Amino acid sequence: MSPVIRPYGDTTGDGMVQLSFTLPMPHSKIADGAALQLATKMGMDPALVVHSKPMGPDYTFFVVYGRVNHLVDPSQVQVVERDFPLLTPKEANAAIKRSLRRRLVVVGACIGTDAHTVGIDAILNIKGFAGEKGLEYYRELKVVNLGAQVSVPQLVDRALAEKADAVLISQVVTQRDAHLLNTREMSAAFREAYPAGKRPLLVVGGPRFDEAMADELGVDRVFTRGATPGEVASFLVHRITTASSRKAS
Amino acid sequence: MTRTIGRLELDPARVKEARALARRVGRPVVTLAKKHTTVSVERATLRLAGLAGADPDGTPWVNRLVDAVRADVGLEHGVALPVWEALARGEADGLAGLAQRAGAGSVRFRVPEGRDATRATSASRKAVGAGVRRLDARRKERERMVAKVGDAPRSPWIYLIVATGDIYEDIPQAQAAAREGADVIAVIRSTGQSLLDFVPEGPTREGFAGTYATQENFRLMRAALDETSKELGRYVRLTNYASGLCMPEIATLAGLERLDMMLNDSMYGILFRDINPIRTFVDQRFSRQIHARAGIIINTGEDNYLTTADAVEAAHTVTTSQLLNEYFAKEAGLADWQLGLGHAFEIDPDVPDSFRLELAHAMLARDLFPKAPLKWMPPTRHMTGDVFRGYLLDGFFNLVGALTGQSILLVGMMTEAVVTPWLSDRDLALQNVRYVMNAAGNLHEDFRPAPGGFIEKRAHHVLDESIRLLDDIAHDSDDTGLPPLLSAIADGTFGLMKRPADSGRGLEGVARKARDYYNPASELLDEGATR
Repeated sequence: MSPVIRPYGDTTGDGMVQLSFTLPMPHSKIADGAALQLATKMGMDPALVVHSKPMGPDYTFFVVYGRVNHLVDPSQVQVVERDFPLLTPKEANAAIKRSLRRRLVVVGACIGTDAHTVGIDAILNIKGFAGEKGLEYYRELKVVNLGAQVSVPQLVDRALAEKADAVLISQVVTQRDAHLLNTREMSAAFREAYPAGKRPLLVVGGPRFDEAMADELGVDRVFTRGATPGEVASFLVHRITTASSRKAS
Repeated sequence: MTRTIGRLELDPARVKEARALARRVGRPVVTLAKKHTTVSVERATLRLAGLAGADPDGTPWVNRLVDAVRADVGLEHGVALPVWEALARGEADGLAGLAQRAGAGSVRFRVPEGRDATRATSASRKAVGAGVRRLDARRKERERMVAKVGDAPRSPWIYLIVATGDIYEDIPQAQAAAREGADVIAVIRSTGQSLLDFVPEGPTREGFAGTYATQENFRLMRAALDETSKELGRYVRLTNYASGLCMPEIATLAGLERLDMMLNDSMYGILFRDINPIRTFVDQRFSRQIHARAGIIINTGEDNYLTTADAVEAAHTVTTSQLLNEYFAKEAGLADWQLGLGHAFEIDPDVPDSFRLELAHAMLARDLFPKAPLKWMPPTRHMTGDVFRGYLLDGFFNLVGALTGQSILLVGMMTEAVVTPWLSDRDLALQNVRYVMNAAGNLHEDFRPAPGGFIEKRAHHVLDESIRLLDDIAHDSDDTGLPPLLSAIADGTFGLMKRPADSGRGLEGVARKARDYYNPASELLDEGATR
């Protein structure tokens, strides 16, 4: 079976894609031609400018359909696969009870100037997300949700005070890479505040993160668009209970 | 503007009850607010008296002067008497000189008594009166311009956002947006600004996800839009944000620079920015008095409730907040035409009958506040990155706006949650609005929800829940002796966030007024006087 595929319009192998963009030039036949030129250079052949519309005197908007010749080889794609078992809340509670013999403490916050608590609330609030209950629903998890616009020092203090096992950070605002800067600042602060190997598990989530960036950001895990409370809880339980059993042995 | 009144057959007795409860919940908070002042109220007073500019480190002179006065005599007397007593003593020629000398530590402030106090009172009132008259002049100027160049040709007003971080980039973008059809331009602030306890100075070219609100940025943008207004033959309104730690000052600067609308919510700072509740209510009241005087339309922030809570379950918190915002606004002197009460299209589109529910909620707001220029805000929470579905959702949002006679329509972008709007996003969004308004703008003439039907029942239900919530708040008291609304906020009644009255940002900037407290700005605003 061939692993190589092409985009699919309405026939296998037709390679059809759609594209829209704006060129900074007045609407004209020349503009249409310029759009076609761009599409061709992007590998669309044949390309068809199906829509062009002036936006003010100096710009033109295009929609282009066309065939690309590129082949896609899914076997060459690299992603972060889930490396922990998915647990039900019941299983997660049992695992915590067995290995920690106390509740697992999770501190969550939106740090920096980010006021979008949608993400952290979806994971933490009992209401949950995608049909799964949030972390507050787990009997053996103690959840401290600090809400929006928490400063890094506040977060570190609270994590110390609560003896947090894990710290969850949500970052939605991404202008000028604010999410990356904030996350690095946060992980650096935790490295400074805790002795080596003692810091809580650091987990960051947000729609514009790249899952493969965990090491670069100094955190243990990055969750991105579509992550559910169950996945986050399973990851926490997996890492913390395996770490503590390793210590015990 | 189009009015569609009495479509839902709301029981007038219930509506009256809701307003009575809002008054009952709000009044003790106003009483509490009147007993306190804040650093920002005092700084706003100095700004009205003409003190502007900043020291070489960028700290505004109003901050330096208020801090110096506070260090010597505390904040509880207000800064007016100590400041004008020092001027009368000949410590400096004017406020700017005094601020510089005070910043250098070479002035000692004292609270004057007797004839000195009388002299300082009248001198400060005279100085601040000039600022208040400037607010009046700016308001007249707006009225003249609207009469001369013409007003927005139709309702709803089309509200578009500009946010580059650089005022010199914002200006051509705002002018382009106006030419494309925007009636209102909102310049989004840099994300962190609401937590700054000072107003930055001068034109600014860097910001996070927005542009700093400064007096100079206000002036530059208003001047640019005045030009565009003349070119287009309709007055293009300018909006900015008063919320945060500097509400009174930003409101003042907006009035002085003839901004037309300001975001100003009574509880947003508390719930979403963790600003101390007392600080917020004191600042909010002063800022709204300024807006009232300056003829500025306020926009309230009820959309925020729905970004953190479920839009169906929390629908009544929006209504409750609207009722409270209305009470606080009117108490501060704002008229109905200045109440841009907010609400938003945020129900999960997968919920059955989501459109009918949105229609019910929007119609309830319209019927409850028939004379208010309601601000209708587009979906954000369920914009997933699927721009095609998002475009359809925005179309339905526009349709609810048309059907319920909304007054200010914040244009939804299909790329919400993906990128800051591109030129093409804005163009497509405006096409969407134009199509719906052209095709269905007058549909409200034909459309009546069936009596006793789904929409009417839902609206009545939300109103009932809102009344119940207001009633619960009215009875929410603890042993702190604080107004029930403050204990309700501390309990997490709104937006699921718990905000106790003795914590939060900016608390250190609050002082209980002493018996001899004097503030010429509050006096002039309370009296409606000009000098």
